[in-house]
Amino acid sequence: MNFISRYRRSKFFGPALLAAALFVLGTSYSVASATTFKAVTPSNDKTTLIAEGKEIFARGCSSCHGLNLEGGAIAPSLIGVGAASVDFQVGTGRMPMADMSVQAARKDPIYNEAETAALAAYVASLAPGPAAIRNEDLAWERSGDAAEGGQLFRSNCSMCHNFAGQGGALSQGKYAPSLMGVEAKHIYEALITGPQSMPVFSDKIITPAEKLSIIKWIKAAESEPNLGGASLGRTGPVTEGLLSWSLGIMALIGVAVWITAKAK
Amino acid sequence: MSKSERVAGTVANYVDERTGAAKWLKKNLNKVFPDHWSFMLGEIALYSFIILLLTGTFLTFWYDPSMQEVEYEGSYQPLSGLKMSAAYASTLHISFDIRGGLLMRQIHHWAALLFMVAIVVHLLRVFFTGAFRKPREFNWILGIGLLTLGIVEGFLGYSLPDDLLSGTGIRIAEAIIQAIPVVGSYLAYFVFGGPFPGEVFIPRIYTVHILLLPGIFLALITAHLMLVWYQKHTQYPGPGRTEKNVVGYPLMPVYMAKAGGFFFIVFGFTAFLGAVASINPIWLFGPYTPAQITAGSQPDWYMGWLDGLVRMAPPLETHAFGHTISWNILIPALIIPGILFTGMALYPFIESWMTGDKREHHLLDRPRNAPNRTALGAMSLTFVLVTLLNGGNDLLATHFGLTINQIMWFSRIGVLVLPPIAFVITKRICLSLQRSDRELVLHGKETGRLVMLPHGEFIEIHEELSPEKKWTLTAHEQLPPLEIAQENQAGVRNPKGLRAKLQQYASKSHQEQIEKPSAKDVLELGDGRH
Repeated sequence: MNFISRYRRSKFFGPALLAAALFVLGTSYSVASATTFKAVTPSNDKTTLIAEGKEIFARGCSSCHGLNLEGGAIAPSLIGVGAASVDFQVGTGRMPMADMSVQAARKDPIYNEAETAALAAYVASLAPGPAAIRNEDLAWERSGDAAEGGQLFRSNCSMCHNFAGQGGALSQGKYAPSLMGVEAKHIYEALITGPQSMPVFSDKIITPAEKLSIIKWIKAAESEPNLGGASLGRTGPVTEGLLSWSLGIMALIGVAVWITAKAK
Repeated sequence: MSKSERVAGTVANYVDERTGAAKWLKKNLNKVFPDHWSFMLGEIALYSFIILLLTGTFLTFWYDPSMQEVEYEGSYQPLSGLKMSAAYASTLHISFDIRGGLLMRQIHHWAALLFMVAIVVHLLRVFFTGAFRKPREFNWILGIGLLTLGIVEGFLGYSLPDDLLSGTGIRIAEAIIQAIPVVGSYLAYFVFGGPFPGEVFIPRIYTVHILLLPGIFLALITAHLMLVWYQKHTQYPGPGRTEKNVVGYPLMPVYMAKAGGFFFIVFGFTAFLGAVASINPIWLFGPYTPAQITAGSQPDWYMGWLDGLVRMAPPLETHAFGHTISWNILIPALIIPGILFTGMALYPFIESWMTGDKREHHLLDRPRNAPNRTALGAMSLTFVLVTLLNGGNDLLATHFGLTINQIMWFSRIGVLVLPPIAFVITKRICLSLQRSDRELVLHGKETGRLVMLPHGEFIEIHEELSPEKKWTLTAHEQLPPLEIAQENQAGVRNPKGLRAKLQQYASKSHQEQIEKPSAKDVLELGDGRH
């Protein structure tokens, strides 16, 4: 501390201290508040949003879905699909498709949240449809019932998505995707819009409260640790059989070879 | 004599004077067993069975074989408050609220899978080495019986927890019973005590699973081992080994130590699997109700081939006289397995009919020296493998980017086309290996050393095999094909007619061999090179 005690009586010490304090304060404020200076946000003004959405649509979607959402030979019409459908398809990266395989696969989204919202607003502006869902509107953690959700899941979902939501095969190369790591709002939107091979589960068939329970059960299954050791994929007995034929019997045969080996 | 030896002697004498055990023990403790890793495969099955008895007994302490509806109040939250059968609730109780319960359940299930794997691997060893030949045909049939019972016992165990997966399995079993023409639906009512699912099948299969079948198992395993004991173990050909002796180590102390140690290794390994690898997580499946089903519903592997056959069956049905005959279930689930298992059980007799060989055999065949049998085995394995793959068609589709329809058509065609191809290829490989053996015996091993002779010729030095090795490669006998007279001297046709022709043909195919080198061949060669 010799350094400080030598100079603290200097007449420059006071102003220097003040400058340093101001610098620290200013820097930390600008760092702490950096998040508020986000890149250009689309305006919350609805008209602007729709206009932006229209532009993105014309650039990224219209080559298949048509300039007026009318659809075409390779893509369905989007009239009346609603913002929920757009938010699900674009928000999970399924649209735009990477290739023309039988089914759009989940991947990293091409458009960010703001762009997705603009697209959804544009599509919804042309014809009414189910509105997009926000994660914060889904109080599944508070109001869902996991046990009831599990029953509903097994009655309505597990025949395609597997008992633990790991996904399963459908005919002709189509499949029910895994539900692990899917956002709550996307699960909800899939239920109300019925993307691809999935049926629509309207609020009459599964009430909104029951949908929250299903989400709660899926999230519980997702976060459940593997209680019995390595999960082997939670896909049923096939991997168990594989393990008993590979590691299982091979290890025991290895021991048998060792036991009966001639002493050297 | 030390003090401890004196005490041991006194005790042994005491027992012997009352039971006369000494003579019997002395004889049997010195019994000799040949040493080979492939002779330990049946032991894996035996030890797995013991593990199954021990862990199974533990599970019975808490398992409640009842289909009475209860509300779950145990510690697994995602099922809390659900209505379920007492059987399922008690299995959850074992898994989550009994100390070591989940571990025991998992050891039990892993041991069951390994039990069946070991039985099949043991069966393959016995088949490919010809150990089923006279005098061991009965033991072969006992083994087939054990395999069949194992499949049934495993399936019943899989059904007991009454979770969504096991209920689905039972539903399919019901469909198979119903597919039996005419009496099927009555039989199903009889088994389930009324319409599916009823309330009796869990208690019923429980009794069969823990009492009847284990009892039969114990009896058959005892008979199986006693026959091995009485007929003595087979051995691989080699110097000093004949049809009249057994070369190996005595039971006491060598095999006692080896087999006893092996038991603990098998037990430890199964416990290891039970500790680190999840098997049948019933809490994820949820309770069974007939209205629910899950993707990825599969049987355990030993039924997977059956499931695969059913999955590839085309939708064929006949409606006649007010009855429906479901060929799509009847053929893959009952007729084909019936033919397979009958054929397998009768194979020793079929082979002896083909070869006309009615003598005893205690020396094993090297698989290549019985090309036809080895090829038949490869053919059967290919068949089962294709069906087994189709049993997991949904997982193959999702994990390898295929479509179920492609896999189904591959299986439908492959199950008919691939086995014959496997037969031909395997037979050719066996004959090539025989040729290679002949080459080895006559010309020795290629050493890679080239030598120039004085007159300029280059030769490669071949290293002659040791006499022991030569013996091993040539010890097998090669029977000529049967000569079956199709008509006698008076021109009267063989009364067996077609059967005689068939036997002649089968024998010719079965005895196709590359002639093994004779002593004369070796002598003619002289210095062991061309």
